[in-house]
Amino acid sequence: MTDALIAITVLWGFVFIYAVMATMDFGAGFWSMIYFNRQKTRATDIANRYLSPTWEVTNTFIVALVVAVYSLFPTAAYTLGTILLVPGSMILLLLALRSAFLVFSNIATEYKKPLTYISGIAGILIPGLLISVLPITHGGFVEYGEGLTQLNLARLFTSENVYAFIGFAISSTLFLSSLLLADYSKVSDEMDAYYVYLRDAKISGPISLLMAFCIMLTLEREANWIYTRMMDDLPLLLISLGFFLISGLGLFVTNFFDKRIQGMPRLSVIAVTIQYFIASYVYGKAHLPYIIYPDVTIESAFTDPNSFRAVFITYIVGFAILFPGFIYFWSLFMHDKKYLRQKG
Amino acid sequence: MNDILIARSLFGTTMAFHIIFATIGVGLPMMILTAELLYQKTKDLEYVVMAKRWTKAFAVLLGVGIPTGTIAGTQLSLLWPGFMEVIGRVMPLPFQIEIYAFFIEALFMSIYVYAAERIAPWMRIASLILVALGALASAVLITNVHAFQGTPRGFRYENGQYLDIDPWAAFFNPSFLVTATHVAVSAYVVGAFVVASVSAFKMLKNDFGSRLYRFHQKALMISLVVGGLAAFGTAINGHEAAQYLHEYQPEKLAAAEGLFETQSHAPLAIGGFTDRETQTVKWGIEIPWALSFLAGNSFDTVVVGLNDFPEELWPPLFIHTLFNAMVGIGSLLILIAIFGLLWKKFFKKDRFPKWFLWTMVASGPLAVAAIEFGWIFACTGRQPWVIYRILSTAESATTATNLGVLFILFLGVYIILGIAVVFVLLYYFRKNTVLDDLQRAERKNVQLFSSNS
Ligand code: HDD
Ligand code: HEM
Ligand code: HEM
Repeated sequence: MTDALIAITVLWGFVFIYAVMATMDFGAGFWSMIYFNRQKTRATDIANRYLSPTWEVTNTFIVALVVAVYSLFPTAAYTLGTILLVPGSMILLLLALRSAFLVFSNIATEYKKPLTYISGIAGILIPGLLISVLPITHGGFVEYGEGLTQLNLARLFTSENVYAFIGFAISSTLFLSSLLLADYSKVSDEMDAYYVYLRDAKISGPISLLMAFCIMLTLEREANWIYTRMMDDLPLLLISLGFFLISGLGLFVTNFFDKRIQGMPRLSVIAVTIQYFIASYVYGKAHLPYIIYPDVTIESAFTDPNSFRAVFITYIVGFAILFPGFIYFWSLFMHDKKYLRQKG
Repeated sequence: MNDILIARSLFGTTMAFHIIFATIGVGLPMMILTAELLYQKTKDLEYVVMAKRWTKAFAVLLGVGIPTGTIAGTQLSLLWPGFMEVIGRVMPLPFQIEIYAFFIEALFMSIYVYAAERIAPWMRIASLILVALGALASAVLITNVHAFQGTPRGFRYENGQYLDIDPWAAFFNPSFLVTATHVAVSAYVVGAFVVASVSAFKMLKNDFGSRLYRFHQKALMISLVVGGLAAFGTAINGHEAAQYLHEYQPEKLAAAEGLFETQSHAPLAIGGFTDRETQTVKWGIEIPWALSFLAGNSFDTVVVGLNDFPEELWPPLFIHTLFNAMVGIGSLLILIAIFGLLWKKFFKKDRFPKWFLWTMVASGPLAVAAIEFGWIFACTGRQPWVIYRILSTAESATTATNLGVLFILFLGVYIILGIAVVFVLLYYFRKNTVLDDLQRAERKNVQLFSSNS
């Protein structure tokens, strides 16, 4: 592998991790808003129990992502910075409102309801805007003038493909988060909440599959180059579809270990993660070598080799140091029965 | 306003807002840690209650500090793409390492708050130390980028090309240590005096000798010790920072001091406003020879004046006032701390005079103001450069136009967040009084840290 390919793989890894964590994060915020008035099922408590300790860690990944772009591909950062000014600023504004009001809602308990609504609504819009970066990098909305590169906003917001991406982001945020929360509720022994989230997953799952098909349909017309390259990997796409079906199956079957319970959420979570992994691999591979089609490629945008080496070393050292921290964190909040099954 | 001016105002506003929360976010963990350690030593539950209450305030402030920091980090690429392209190529390490500091802070902050009752006491202290270290490291690393902007190293710049790049040489640029130390100790100044402000205010509101009065007096004494030490360190180190300006960015020092003619035995102008027409500092006090001595430890030191540089490379002259305000506040804070400690420990008086408590109430806002003045001085005083003598601000700015709407939107969000955060803090501490927390702490088996109501 060339250095540039290693670098884009690292970047892709960050995008994938962030995508999974962010769907959980924004989805949990949304569900805690939806079930706010249904205290009996404790679905809101479950969402908050997940959300309170994790949102900061998730947020750090978005910063890691931005930093990775400009330290690995500075030239791409230049163009991206210029064209993403408006969508990027919109994301930042929503993110600021969302994070702050999320924290406030846990502190100012009397005003919890309006605060939860603000953070829930702002939060569910963010994935839609974040994903619009992908169609922007397909190149169709970027205009090159005399020394000026600009984003054509009018064209962006009238494109069917962009809306398909937005719809996909929002529906799969709901899908993934309800799946994970179903699993989390089950571990926490909150069966009422479990069945609520199981039902939500059954609704949002098919919608996000439908949206994925819409993306492919509109992509064929609007960014044919990437569509044909993705179709070269049709077998992989079919395997990914297979994993989606397995995860759907996991929602309906009777639990293998406990016949009284419907659904095997852990199985679904794992299958759907594999499905997204394969699908995004196919997408990412088709996108190469372009970062922004057709002008910016991973080779042309790549950083200085000395800097790359230094950055790469900090990745290895940094994650070696952080790894035990992540494990400890996980064991305290995802695994500790005392935390999960608290009645407060 | 033209687009560059709007871009500068927008970024400056973001930073000015973020810095309030960021600086307290570095300073407050140190205070919490001090209280936790005092508790382990004395087993006096009042210290645990202090730690808990400061932690809650810290968690609320992080709710604004983290998203505004995320804005700052992303806005660098959005507004100054030319600058970040160079930083990405030459100076990526601080940002990169900072991510790990953020992770450490975020992980252990959640553990300290949400798992406080489930982990062993030593683990709680360890988590807190990691939070404090993480916050400190974020500040030191981000400041390193700022240091690099003033003293760029680690590359050769020829015909618009960056050659022979050595990212570690860039990382260890000459002013790194001095600047980072200054930012770190000044953050402890802020953390301590913000606490002192609140405590002094509460002492004024409660009857002398009451339990609450004694509780807040205890907190005040901690902050006087921590704040006094840090303020003293800030002044010593600030003096060194000024000597670095003398060596590496002479026009900035000249503008900071309002000095136009290059001379030895240069006078120090305190206060006043620099006047471009007459090339003097109006209404200032002049101390003969002092500037030469401060800049180079001897009266013969030749200090370069502004007239040695073409006028279009002069930093704005109002930075003289900003610089003086920062130094003035720093000196005042040292005096406050010395007075308070002498009064209590040396003269053994049992109550502070009212005027002193009111001065203490002002000390927190003044410390925050000093941070703002210092940063605006440092960033604006670098103009017209974004990387000193390499890259100009105008060259690095975004080519996008119509930034005005964005400026208004961001300003609006900062105003909303600013009001909301004050409201939430007041609400929380009114609902959870010190007495509630003391009772909770005294009853065993009641969750103190994760209690919310
Ligand atoms: C509580 C806040 C505070 C206080 C009391 C002081 N400073 Fe400061 N100062 C800062 C907070 C600060 C800062 C906000 O943290 C800055 C902005 C950039 C930087 O590196 O630190 C700064 C910058 C800064 C610089 C400019 C560095 C540069 O441009 O790169 C100098 C020369 C000084 N300071 C000197 C002093 C002196 C002689 C002080 C005497 C008491 C002093 N400061 C007190
Ligand atoms: C945290 C407190 C800070 C404040 C209050 C602050 C304030 C400002 C202000 C007011 C400007 C506009 C200057 C002008 O146009 O006259 C500015 C510019 C800038 N600052 Fe800072 N700054 C801070 C920290 C930093 C740090 C830590 C960095 C390094 C990463 C930095 C990098 C920049 C850059 C790149 C610009 C834009 C270009 C320029 O105008 O020089 N700032 N800042
Ligand atoms: C010297 C001035 C600054 C200080 C002392 C400072 C310190 C801090 C601290 C303590 C935090 C909270 C970290 C956490 O809990 O995760 C924070 C957040 C943040 N700061 Fe600043 N910062 C400063 C300037 C800047 C600048 C100029 C930038 C932009 C380049 C920036 C980018 C960020 C980011 C991206 C975050 C959010 C991190 C996260 O998501 O966890 N900061 N800062």
